[in-house]
Amino acid sequence: MSTPTLELRDLRVTYTVRGIDRDVLRGVSFSIQPGEAYGLVGESGCGKSTAAYASMRYLPRNGQIVSGQVLFEGRDMTGVGDRDIREMRRSAIGMVYQNPIAALNPTIRIGDQVAESFTLIGNSAKESRKLAEESLVRVQIADPTRVMRRYPHQLSGGMAQRVVIAMALASNPRLLILDEPTTGLDATVEAEVLDLVRGLIKESGTSILFISHNLGVIRSMCDRVGVLYAGALVEEGATETILQNPNHPYTVGLMRCIPRGGLHKRLAHLDTIPGTPPPLGSDLPGCVFVDRCYMAQDICRTTPPPLCECSSGHFSRCHFSDQVVDFPRSVVSAPAVQQMGDAQGKDLLTIAHLSKTFHQDDQDVRVLTDVTMSLGRGETLGLVGESGSGKTTLAKTLLGIFEPDKGSIIALDGLQLGAMIGDRTPGEVGSLQIVFQNPDSALNRRHSVTRIVARAVEKLAGKPKREAEDRAQELLNSMSVDPVLHSARPTQLSGGLKQRVAIARSFAGNPKLVVCDEPTSALDVSVQANILNLLADLQANESVSYIFISHDLGVVRYLSDRIAVMYLGRIMELGAAEEVFNGPHHPYTEALVSSVPAIDGSQRVRIRLGGEVPSPANPPTGCVLHPRCPRMAASGLAHRCTSEEPELHEVTPGHFMRCHIPLDQLRQMQA
Amino acid sequence: MTQASALRAAAVLERKRIRKERFAQLRRNPAFVVGAIIVGFWLICALLGEILAPKVPGLVNVLVVNRAPSREFWMGTDSLGRDVFSRVIAGARPITLMATSATVIATVLGTSLGLVTGYLKGRFDVIVMRILDAISALPVIVIALLALAALDGQSEVITVLIIGFVFTPIIARTVRAAVLYEAELDYVAAAKLRTERMPHILFVEILPNVLPPIIVEFTIRLGYAVFAIATLSFLGVGVELGSPNWGSQVAENYNGIFGKVWWSTIFPAGAIATLAIGINLIADAIMEAFEI
Repeated sequence: MSTPTLELRDLRVTYTVRGIDRDVLRGVSFSIQPGEAYGLVGESGCGKSTAAYASMRYLPRNGQIVSGQVLFEGRDMTGVGDRDIREMRRSAIGMVYQNPIAALNPTIRIGDQVAESFTLIGNSAKESRKLAEESLVRVQIADPTRVMRRYPHQLSGGMAQRVVIAMALASNPRLLILDEPTTGLDATVEAEVLDLVRGLIKESGTSILFISHNLGVIRSMCDRVGVLYAGALVEEGATETILQNPNHPYTVGLMRCIPRGGLHKRLAHLDTIPGTPPPLGSDLPGCVFVDRCYMAQDICRTTPPPLCECSSGHFSRCHFSDQVVDFPRSVVSAPAVQQMGDAQGKDLLTIAHLSKTFHQDDQDVRVLTDVTMSLGRGETLGLVGESGSGKTTLAKTLLGIFEPDKGSIIALDGLQLGAMIGDRTPGEVGSLQIVFQNPDSALNRRHSVTRIVARAVEKLAGKPKREAEDRAQELLNSMSVDPVLHSARPTQLSGGLKQRVAIARSFAGNPKLVVCDEPTSALDVSVQANILNLLADLQANESVSYIFISHDLGVVRYLSDRIAVMYLGRIMELGAAEEVFNGPHHPYTEALVSSVPAIDGSQRVRIRLGGEVPSPANPPTGCVLHPRCPRMAASGLAHRCTSEEPELHEVTPGHFMRCHIPLDQLRQMQA
Repeated sequence: MTQASALRAAAVLERKRIRKERFAQLRRNPAFVVGAIIVGFWLICALLGEILAPKVPGLVNVLVVNRAPSREFWMGTDSLGRDVFSRVIAGARPITLMATSATVIATVLGTSLGLVTGYLKGRFDVIVMRILDAISALPVIVIALLALAALDGQSEVITVLIIGFVFTPIIARTVRAAVLYEAELDYVAAAKLRTERMPHILFVEILPNVLPPIIVEFTIRLGYAVFAIATLSFLGVGVELGSPNWGSQVAENYNGIFGKVWWSTIFPAGAIATLAIGINLIADAIMEAFEI
């Protein structure tokens, strides 16, 4: 075997937090061969990024390598001087960060920034500019000359990430580190960036360290994968082996909590991993996973399990790795919701001709255009679409945070609601609530959990303070928030618990409709499964309706009865979840569905959307999708698509589309 | 239930632990320790002035004029034969009292203005902030001198009000910046979604979250207020005539330096400097502990 490009040997890293050293990596070892793509997965706080940064010896000021070795092409980098480290980072390692906009200097033009990475490796200024332009072509940026003159804030996330990749590859590095490179991007853009990276490394033979919490992405990118938990590598092996025959309880748990393969709340609850990862720097004498493992025996608490080889090249750090196949489910698999909501009955929410125009810089920007739909009692409507499609604006307009344009109708139980919160009765406000995306932002970190919920009960259910507090305790208990935590502040709770508190608050006024705005996107998959189960159970018990916004199609599919697909402020497709997902789809839906990387490795034909999302200030003529439509050219309707905007019309009972191409033709094209 | 109470204890302990760790970090910070000792010393002097002072601070004794420091007069005597040590101790009270009141006034006014402007934004914000910009363009000492000359040159109350007024824009701007960020967070939207009114949102929801920058800004302003008051009393305004003010003591005696009578100037001047430095050391340490 040749010398690995990167090898970590029993690496221990600590962070000093409030004056105390806390273990972050507890003896991590792995190696990456030349030309190999190695993935690191695990939930947040498990040390993935720390492992990556330690590989370049680029730790935060409070971090230090305590013991172990970082071998770069056989040379131990832990002891060498700063000059050598800089030389290594400059010439041999490329880095791509999670947030590309933040990784670029906002005050320097793109061209100068990219050129700088070429001057750094010894090119003249003139050569560098030429090389920079070529490198932008290489990362498939259309019109590189113009992009060179722009500033980072003028680029979309996907474009900025391409620029960062171009810079990372400038020195022809032997190792490319990608730290969640597509996490903030839409699925469609993610798929394109991944395609690009895959193509580039194939031609250059660069080794890759790929960090992601998304198993589908890892599957599509990596040859081998290591699973990190609490700073220890618990399982390692070929990607396919790990994802198909995981041999560590943690990996098994991770795989089971992801809603996929058409799983639906009416079929089964999702499995979860009980508990939460141990806090940073806990003392873990035995197996790191012991507190959350159903198979834990006494030996697991006292003795760290050895790394055992389950099959050739597949290692697991578990005392009982041969029994993991029979790892019991933590949640009974009974259906979460027995039957579909009373969709045929009277509609709970009716929206008609809802539009919303923002005035920006003396310009009218119409972000919602003529949204018309209805929602039954106890029904879940999934709202999907790329960022900027108007999902959150629609939610905030419904809630009365934004004022809709004149002529818009929002009616609850047949009664038209006032435009803004101030125009609605407390009862109306209480029956239309929201669970925000980020619980850190949604809960006041200076108030106790009880106080947060009790205040909502007080105002929305009109109860006196004492009664409100009792009701708050009751609500929190029903969300499985342990009574001992009721006096805690949100900052002391884990992400999942915070979201439970937020859900408890949204149920304070006995809501009829709760908008869930990406409620699990900030959470790890094991916690996400818990929250989705909770939402499904609440729906079954309280027959509440949900509008569920998410960019994760698996999650939307699990929870939704009907789906609305939005693009540029318009509903492009609306119908029962199975119909929307199984097709025939609207061309836009088709592209969305095909861009999701599959965990099971099944190959799907990728339908690409060309170009970028146009600005709502200046929407395209005709069908707003036409400049990017993957089906227009072949449909023979190009003239109509570019000149006339299609209506949202019913193609089969209950299934609506905004497309000129007839359903039968779509079916043929997508077969 | 025993398990539950154990867990509850654990949750409380966790909060206490973080607070304890933060405090331990402060105590390990030499800047904080030195600052706290200095400021603590002057606070004790301010509280116990007459009890600590070995002589009556105002007592004039023409028989012992300009005596060098000795066993009887630890810091010597001034040109009127008053005991410098007793006067330095007695001088701690007016300056700490005045500086603190002025800073409290500035903090209360500035915080309220910052909360309202940062939350409402728009035209109201623009108008108020431009007025505050205009105020902060005025030099503290000049405006205080003018106001004191026009009103009552010896009024301590007016001095405190003026310094409070002049420091208000700085605090308002700090608070406004923090509020601009907080107001965008979803807990504010959640408060609106349970029909809360603006005063509740400002003072109950947002204010507790912007306390750390307010505490830091308060400490920094306190140091500046000490300087401003010392300067004014050096110039002979803003304090009661003949009272044992550090600034007045320096003013009354600095000519003596040229006649080698250094003690009656250096000791009160050192008092001003140490109090200001002590407060600034604490401000730095707090800033570090809050990770601002």
